Amino acid sequence: MAGVSRLQYATEARLIRVMCSGRVDLEFILRAFTNGMDGVFIAGCRLGECNYITHGNYHALKLVLLCKRIMEHIGLNPERLRVEFMSSGEGILFAQVMNDFSKKVKDLGPLGKSDDIDEADVKSKLEEVTTLVPYIKMAKREKLESPLENEAEYEGFFTREEIDELFSEVVSYYIDPEKCQACMICRRRCPVEAITGGKNQIHVIDQAKCIKCGTCFEACPPRFGAVQKIAGEPVPAPIPEEKRTLTRKGKQK
Amino acid sequence: MEGEAGDFKVTLTQKPRYIIEDKCTGCGTCAEYCPVQYPDPFNQEISQNKAVHIYFSQAIPLIAYIDESCLYLKEEKCRICEGVCANDAIDLQQKPEKQEINVAAVLLSPGYEPFDPATKGDYGYGRFENVVTSLDFERLLCATGPYEGEILRASDQKHPKKLAWIQCVGSRRVTPGDNSYCSSVCCTYTQKQVILTQDHDADAECTIFHNDIRSYGKDFEAYYRNTAELPGVRFIRSYTSVVGEVPDTKNVVVRYATPDEGVKEEAFDMVVLSVGLNPPVDNAQLAEQFGIALSDKGFCEALPSNPMQTCRPGVFVSGAFQGPMDIPESVFSASGAGSQCGEFLGHRRDKLTKERVYPQEKDVSQEEPRVGVFVCHCGANIGRIVDVPAVVDYALTLPNVVYAQEQLFSCATNSAQEITDMVKEKGLNRVVVAACSPRTLEPLFRDTLREAGINQYFYEMANIREHDSWVHSKEPEYATQKAKDITRMSVARACLLSPLQEIDLPVNKAALVVGGGIAGMTCALSIANQGHEVYLVEKEPQLGGMVRHIYSTLEGMDVQAYLKDLIRQVYQHQLIHVLADATITEATGYIGNFVTKVDSESGVTEIKHGAAVIATGADEYKPTEYLYKEHDQVVTQLELEEKIVEKDEALVNAQTVVMIQCVGCRNKDRDYCARVCCSHAIKNALNLKAINPEVDIYILFRDMRTYGLLEDYYREASEQDVKFVRYEPADPPQAEAVEEGGRSVVRVSVPDPILGQKLAIDADYLTLSAAVIPSAESSDVAQFFKVSLGSDGFFKEAHVKLRPVEFSAEGVYLCGMAHYPKHISETINQAYGAAGRTLTLLSHDIVTASGSVCEVDEKKCIGCGACMSACTYGAIELRDTKQGQKAVVNPVICKGDGLCNAKCPTGAIYLKHFTDEEIESQIDAAFIAEEAPPQMDAAVGDA
Repeated sequence: MAGVSRLQYATEARLIRVMCSGRVDLEFILRAFTNGMDGVFIAGCRLGECNYITHGNYHALKLVLLCKRIMEHIGLNPERLRVEFMSSGEGILFAQVMNDFSKKVKDLGPLGKSDDIDEADVKSKLEEVTTLVPYIKMAKREKLESPLENEAEYEGFFTREEIDELFSEVVSYYIDPEKCQACMICRRRCPVEAITGGKNQIHVIDQAKCIKCGTCFEACPPRFGAVQKIAGEPVPAPIPEEKRTLTRKGKQK
Repeated sequence: MEGEAGDFKVTLTQKPRYIIEDKCTGCGTCAEYCPVQYPDPFNQEISQNKAVHIYFSQAIPLIAYIDESCLYLKEEKCRICEGVCANDAIDLQQKPEKQEINVAAVLLSPGYEPFDPATKGDYGYGRFENVVTSLDFERLLCATGPYEGEILRASDQKHPKKLAWIQCVGSRRVTPGDNSYCSSVCCTYTQKQVILTQDHDADAECTIFHNDIRSYGKDFEAYYRNTAELPGVRFIRSYTSVVGEVPDTKNVVVRYATPDEGVKEEAFDMVVLSVGLNPPVDNAQLAEQFGIALSDKGFCEALPSNPMQTCRPGVFVSGAFQGPMDIPESVFSASGAGSQCGEFLGHRRDKLTKERVYPQEKDVSQEEPRVGVFVCHCGANIGRIVDVPAVVDYALTLPNVVYAQEQLFSCATNSAQEITDMVKEKGLNRVVVAACSPRTLEPLFRDTLREAGINQYFYEMANIREHDSWVHSKEPEYATQKAKDITRMSVARACLLSPLQEIDLPVNKAALVVGGGIAGMTCALSIANQGHEVYLVEKEPQLGGMVRHIYSTLEGMDVQAYLKDLIRQVYQHQLIHVLADATITEATGYIGNFVTKVDSESGVTEIKHGAAVIATGADEYKPTEYLYKEHDQVVTQLELEEKIVEKDEALVNAQTVVMIQCVGCRNKDRDYCARVCCSHAIKNALNLKAINPEVDIYILFRDMRTYGLLEDYYREASEQDVKFVRYEPADPPQAEAVEEGGRSVVRVSVPDPILGQKLAIDADYLTLSAAVIPSAESSDVAQFFKVSLGSDGFFKEAHVKLRPVEFSAEGVYLCGMAHYPKHISETINQAYGAAGRTLTLLSHDIVTASGSVCEVDEKKCIGCGACMSACTYGAIELRDTKQGQKAVVNPVICKGDGLCNAKCPTGAIYLKHFTDEEIESQIDAAFIAEEAPPQMDAAVGDA
């Protein structure tokens, strides 16, 4: 209604249409900041009122609560991210919020300036978090799915400590070349094709591609137990290409 | 017209256009060269027009015609247009054409005629240049109006700073030449004009001289309050006259009176007369030709029990020819009359339909993106603020853009043709239209792409009107920059779009109607009369709803007899299955294929149906104020009606009855007007006078809202000495129980604004006009059918004006008080209207579902189930495969909200048309470091 009512508001925002605020992905927010946006605003329907039946706006709310803590973790002012819930009839509210948020972001200045983070580091930190999005989605899945009853719960829903812990516990997966039987099971199952190797060629996880979903860990037959979960220590370097050919010790099957 | 219902022969004469329609492109060259200039009737004769011209800029078809002012037609001279038309589209030899058509039913919707204040010369209209009618003013406000959207005074072409509106011009008066009725729409259209005036000029001072403010329509009360709170806006309750003109400034002097200051005179730069609605001018001729009767007011006389049915079977009426009405009511009655016409057409259905054939879709999957950008001026709506040519030039610099142009109205027929032509000529495989909100016109442009042989999902809309020109109209430079950015983001997204296919779903031919009141029964009958099975579900053991407590209408209809007959028809109809004493326990499915479980006296029934109509009605508010429930002499209007019908002894002997209006509404808790209570009070007052002529009746009101033709009854009550006392909400009436000389009374005290004193009235009965409130079951029903409620608690239709009987959830329709309080005649209009819309669905064998649904890339799926738990629709399930469990989407159930997409850790499930890549391309394109101002926010959302 802001448009139809010709309500004037700050010109800085660029709008992107999604069919439900719950469609907004953690990665979108991080990407906007990585690109140099100074603020991200998400507008959803009023809580408890859903054009679908899914109440996706609660999903958006939880995502924002999570993302604000992540921003704190890397030193960004969480006020750069805002979510508001309003009906399409509340043009006046929309215009007010746009003006208010625009002013807020202007006061905060360019990304990194008034934050606890070095301007030069902003991008690399954000990119680092972005690579962990699948891990975060999986680690916090239960909480992101659980209902959020009232406003009082918002504040403590995700805690700073919890997020610090989340980042300190980031796991990596590594295939022990001694144990790998080059059976291709994990390679086939990997959703992001991060595992290379073939028949008789020891498999290797490309750490840059790996999204830490653990599918390989689950898939590796227990009798091989080649995939290892590593936390808190560096992942061993992959074995050199020439040593990857598997010399079988005879048929064990 | 000859014949009878089901088989009419109608002879039509079509006036010549003097233009060959197929050849005219609407280019406007002829009008440019035409030498004839005369006042343009479309612009209220404020600006000039030519003899050959296009009627108005959004006319359909958008082609020229020649009118009687043409020199050739008058004097066989000129013929310049013939010479300049490049397409040889002019044919001055065309003659009127007669044709005879055979039809089963006739629908009359001739509309209304605005009241002309010049006839009587009141208010200086026609004498003082700066007095205009509201319709003149409407044209002044319009971007395609005489001054291209600038409000200018006729006398000096300057912007008026101080404006006055005078309400009820030609309406609510018994003086000769005026109309006794209320025109229903003027209060709210005036408020709209005030808001638009301040939009043109924020400092404009706007004064409204009014009688009662009748904002009885849905959402109108809040609109009224918002208008009244605007700075510089005054609402003054006073009779007024225009007494003269200030000679040097040509300002208009208005005389009015206020309680504080007495009679005053004040000059205004411009005075707008809020003129009322007259019957159409040719009403008598229409009546004669079609054999219908007119009322004493000149509107169509319809049956009391069916406001769309004229006295001649097979001839129906819709819109303002029924009487003054607003857009939503016109739309109800149009749909409703359409449904009744349909009842005559069952046997002929589909005989004349032709399937639309689109050209073969071109496979462009192997081509590089070739984007065409069309930037719309929207008349002046965009073009006046945004530098459209600059946006076009900018678009041409963007990657993959091979063509860009501007258009005056991209939505016009010729513009769509232009897009189709350019797609073919330039080999475009993606189209971006930078214009307005996709909510309105996206379907039209998608269709344009289909016509051009391109998959419709290769279309992308850049909203530079609602998101830009309208909201940054004071900062044109920023608005132009933003328009470029929005266009760039859209182009980036367009390049990544994929062709999608829509899904055809079968339609179950039965309907479910929830609620067995007048609305539900009327709707059920009309659907059943067109050959469809209907399941009518009622929560009470008997049908009838709220109307069981209503005995007559103001117009005198015997409601109980009508109801009895309606119930009989419903029970006798072979195709209607009534489930009384019933509760809905479960509802699943989607358009064309719903499954609803109903628990009733006959056990649990599982109903399969293609459409659902919500007609759950409303309740009467049970007041907590004015001693209600504490004192048995305090009753509601419904309770009073019952007592009048029973000729209750105490009432027949009562000396005084007081009624208080607006109990439980028009307040903070319920910010709406319950619409029916004023006329309910008048009806009860008149009926009470009939059984007890000596009784003193006081009606304590805020605004009497006896709109439309009901106004006469208000006058009649006044003539019968019913006393009307206005109160202010800040100082409402007080009630106390008192014993006065052995007589138990309710003493009502209220300040009288005219006398300036407090009145104390001892009433034998205090009647409360209690609000109509949403039915208690509304929220459950809303949940079952996935539809929403408005902030007032009534069901929220898809569009308040244009789609008032539909929901945004497809296949679900709405009528009766569930939508908003309304009179019986209005309910019947809307009930038939909902039947009409239901029939447009049920008459099809298939419906088409969107292509923008989710899909799973099986390779990426790790079977974690995060998507499944996010989907409330149950559209996703996990299936076992050789590579473990994988998610699978049922595209028919998927509604395309994309929650699953945001939850998926691996990006395996994706919402088509809103994929991660597509949205991220917009995020990336939103920011261009070197060009952008130092501050920018990206906003993502659906509001």
